[in-house]
Amino acid sequence: MRIKKQPPGMAEGDLTPMIDMTFQLIAFFMVLVNFSQAEQTELIQLPSSALAKAPEEQPEYPFTINIRKDGKILIAGRTYDTIDSLGIKLDQERQFAQDRGYGADKITVIIRAHESTQTGKVQELIKKCQDAGLETFALRVKEVVPGSSTD
Amino acid sequence: MKIRHVGSGEEEGVKLEMTPMIDIVFQLLVFFIMTFKIVTQEGDFNIKMPQAAPRAGSPQENFTPPLKVKLEANPNGTIANIVVQDLSGDISYGTDFKALRAHAQGYMGDERGPGSIQSEAEVEIDADYRLRYSETVRAITMLSGFHDESENLVKLFEKIKFKPQPEGAGG
Repeated sequence: MRIKKQPPGMAEGDLTPMIDMTFQLIAFFMVLVNFSQAEQTELIQLPSSALAKAPEEQPEYPFTINIRKDGKILIAGRTYDTIDSLGIKLDQERQFAQDRGYGADKITVIIRAHESTQTGKVQELIKKCQDAGLETFALRVKEVVPGSSTD
Repeated sequence: MKIRHVGSGEEEGVKLEMTPMIDIVFQLLVFFIMTFKIVTQEGDFNIKMPQAAPRAGSPQENFTPPLKVKLEANPNGTIANIVVQDLSGDISYGTDFKALRAHAQGYMGDERGPGSIQSEAEVEIDADYRLRYSETVRAITMLSGFHDESENLVKLFEKIKFKPQPEGAGG
């Protein structure tokens, strides 16, 4: 009796579920990725606070100012060497807001200062903003990481 | 004439090579993983500091002067001394931030809501120019509130401001 020898078959895995999961992951990261650097920059290490909580109401007209460790100011990606050089920019921002119907009292200046910045720099910035007619400020801090203590 | 039928008896379909597509998909996935950034939660301490204009007339009734907190700094920017100035005089707490919070708690009392001290009280912070900002934020945190044993937020001062700096003040 002649027995035909069957060639060993190759095991083929079904890749369809893997491709589905890969597409799911891509969609997840595409939704989450944020290329905007306007508000946050890695140069600024915010101080921590146990009371850090996202504000319940977003400000009507937020205006973010970053202060680096060396005291330089970052606004919308542009660097200003000294606080005195901000005068024109602050006036422009206030005017821009007013043109869009927001009074100076509706502008919230969000100050993101590096934790090692001198407090005097922050106070100088606040004074400069006051001179430009801005009066509402928010000092931004980051959430305390569980396990670390600020007490 | 016999016509040979070449090929298998099955229907020939158009084969789509999936391998390059999977390669590109993995490239995209790696790109998004590398550019993904986990952002830490951020919060705000609100400060309202209008440019003070002198007001005519007599002071408001029931005007409560602000509690004044002075933060003195070491040359390296760390906290050297915390001094609270209230009606009874100056009280020095050294570098004990918890004592500052306890003072604020005692100042506020237990009453909350409209008309209470807590709703009206204001604190004015006078920090040395060279004091590290993180130390100032720590003081603000202690003055703003705390979480009690049940993790409920107990609010203390809601109105916080900085002492106006004189012209030309610098470090």
